[in-house]
Amino acid sequence: MKSKSHAFKQQAADALVNVSLQKALLNAKDGFIVKRKKAMDELPEFERLRTKAIEIKEHTLSHLDQYLEYFEQQVIKSGGTVHWASTTTQAQQIIVELCKQANARTVTKGKSMVGEEAAINDALEAAGFEAIETDLGEYIIQLANEPPSHIIAPAIHKSKQEIADLFKDHHKKYNFNSKLETIPEIVNEAREVLREKFINADVGITGANFLVAETGSTLIVTNEGNGDLTATLPKTHIVISSIEKVVPTLEDTSVLLRLLARSATGQEITSYTTFFNGPKRNSDIDGPENFHVVLLDNGRSNMLQNENHEMLKCIHCGACLNHCPVYSAIGGHAYGWVYPGPMGSVLTPIMQGLDEAKDLPFASTFCGRCEEVCPLSIPLPKLLRQHRNHIHHDKLNTSRSRLGLALWAFVASRPALYRPLSNSFIRALGWLGKKSGRFSWLPFASAWTQSKDLPAPAAQSFMSAWTQQQAKKKSSENE
Amino acid sequence: MRVALFASCLVDLFRPNAGFATVSLLENAGCIVDVPPEQTCCGQPAYNNGDKDNARDIAKQVINEFSDYEYIIVPSSSCAGMMIKHYPQLFEDNAEWYKKATDFSAHCYDLVTFLHDILKITSVPVTYQGNITYHDSCSSLRETRVKDKTRHLLACNEKINLLELGNPEACCGFGGTFCVKYPEISESMVNDKIADIEATGADTVVSGDMGCLLNIAGRLKRLNKPIKVFHIAEVLAGMTGIAAIGDADDTKKSEPSS
Repeated sequence: MKSKSHAFKQQAADALVNVSLQKALLNAKDGFIVKRKKAMDELPEFERLRTKAIEIKEHTLSHLDQYLEYFEQQVIKSGGTVHWASTTTQAQQIIVELCKQANARTVTKGKSMVGEEAAINDALEAAGFEAIETDLGEYIIQLANEPPSHIIAPAIHKSKQEIADLFKDHHKKYNFNSKLETIPEIVNEAREVLREKFINADVGITGANFLVAETGSTLIVTNEGNGDLTATLPKTHIVISSIEKVVPTLEDTSVLLRLLARSATGQEITSYTTFFNGPKRNSDIDGPENFHVVLLDNGRSNMLQNENHEMLKCIHCGACLNHCPVYSAIGGHAYGWVYPGPMGSVLTPIMQGLDEAKDLPFASTFCGRCEEVCPLSIPLPKLLRQHRNHIHHDKLNTSRSRLGLALWAFVASRPALYRPLSNSFIRALGWLGKKSGRFSWLPFASAWTQSKDLPAPAAQSFMSAWTQQQAKKKSSENE
Repeated sequence: MRVALFASCLVDLFRPNAGFATVSLLENAGCIVDVPPEQTCCGQPAYNNGDKDNARDIAKQVINEFSDYEYIIVPSSSCAGMMIKHYPQLFEDNAEWYKKATDFSAHCYDLVTFLHDILKITSVPVTYQGNITYHDSCSSLRETRVKDKTRHLLACNEKINLLELGNPEACCGFGGTFCVKYPEISESMVNDKIADIEATGADTVVSGDMGCLLNIAGRLKRLNKPIKVFHIAEVLAGMTGIAAIGDADDTKKSEPSS
């Protein structure tokens, strides 16, 4: 999808007054946090696992080329093919070509954020294929023609009623006309529509949570089982993944899996954890005849070598979104591209350009909760700060904020100037605000006073009062 | 024990009483308090806006001004976090200043840590009474990590009835310049905080960071809520006789006392 991150400010303001979105966010807010906390409290070895997971990721990333080649060899050994895509355009071309080779009409898709990043659906539809999302959340937003608003719960912004209305509009053509009122009714209808698609699909595309180098397996964790049907029923199974998802061994994978579900949904383990190991073997009853893995770089090789490398440890659990007060206030769409929340505010400027996404790194109070809950301890505030440094250095921030900063810094780095200036400023402000104790409006502080009063300062600064007091003390001692 | 006070710009300019309360707590525990005159700000506004050059200049100025002191006390976790954690990071590519910053940071303490760990105080003037709730600033939770120490200090005064927030880990929405860059998001966050404060039934909200206090008081007063707002130093020192933050001064007494 085309990035709308440049319009973040407006989108965030709109989100805050969007009543149904706010209701949905409120419903979702504490659920994830409470469930994650419970799961972590029941896992006394969490810190040990986290340390181990960081070791695994750091080791893998420092030998990424070797593990990717090892993974490719193992995929080939099991009868599959690995395709290397430097850019999202290349990934689109490869996938469209594979679908053409399979003489496909219908393509089913399991949930994949890398698929979103590469805008695979758009490419498939432009090439004339019918692409159907089979994860319920993804299916809902596909019908609504919207991007996901959360990396693990793509339709979290939608209410039950909105979903029922969408189904009413879109399922008419399949002769579904009954009024949907309960969640089971909604789920059942989606299941019936999607079952036909699963059976008729010529190609199934899934993402991957991990790629296991030693076995050449790709792995997905799901709660709906749609990924398994997407992968096993069609003749061709295509996996799209980004390169940093490779893990050396199954043993390593199990460490990361124990952290992933708990961090994401608070589950010990998701309902389904499925390993795909190449096409159907002669002894297999079913499974795809062709197995392809498309590995997308899209700037990640560069990240590996620069100050953003720590972001490649991300296992896409979504904990940083769930615990981010900014995300909780505005939801995912305001961020304007595929990845929202703290991880999105780090990734979007890297992948869509700093100028396009320059407002995102500032959409954080640096509260640090994201880093605290991240199962890989990714220093998200530090990574956001690095973006801010570049924005300032490249003069991408507004001239107004640069001027304000420069003036303030000029004064603050000269105590001999700062002291008299701040004293007179405070004296004036203190005098003006003495009666009410606060200001409901100030000419230079409208961004503050639009929603908050500004507490009035005392008429004398601490430093000034202290100096006076010390002088008095001294003179009385001398007397 | 001679200690230096870094008042922080917000205490200096907006809440001198919190500065005097800090001095009072330190002096009661036997410290001789110096206030080095060449102090302005810790440099966070520049640092958090990506202006590393100016942040470094200000950091150098603070380090130079305070370098002779064994103990540098800051009544703010946010500024203490800046000085302890971020000053060294600012000079990672400058060996000479990196060493200076690291040496300096080893001597910096936020007020709560210093009272709890170094002075080990077990009693405070028992003049403050009431039902308070405590807002943990994000830096006090995740940089200076004083959540439990704060509770221990408040418990020194048995007349304080601490009513805990339902969601004490949540940011109040201040975030330095964040609150003026994104006033609507900040408003939404502080509204959540205020709902949480009100749900405790406390008549007073206390915190250790002036930024959070100005933010919370600003919104409380805009909404005409009667809840009072004080800095933790004021409550511990029993110096709450003046108007609370953002309240009108109806005591006719505006001179802070030490």
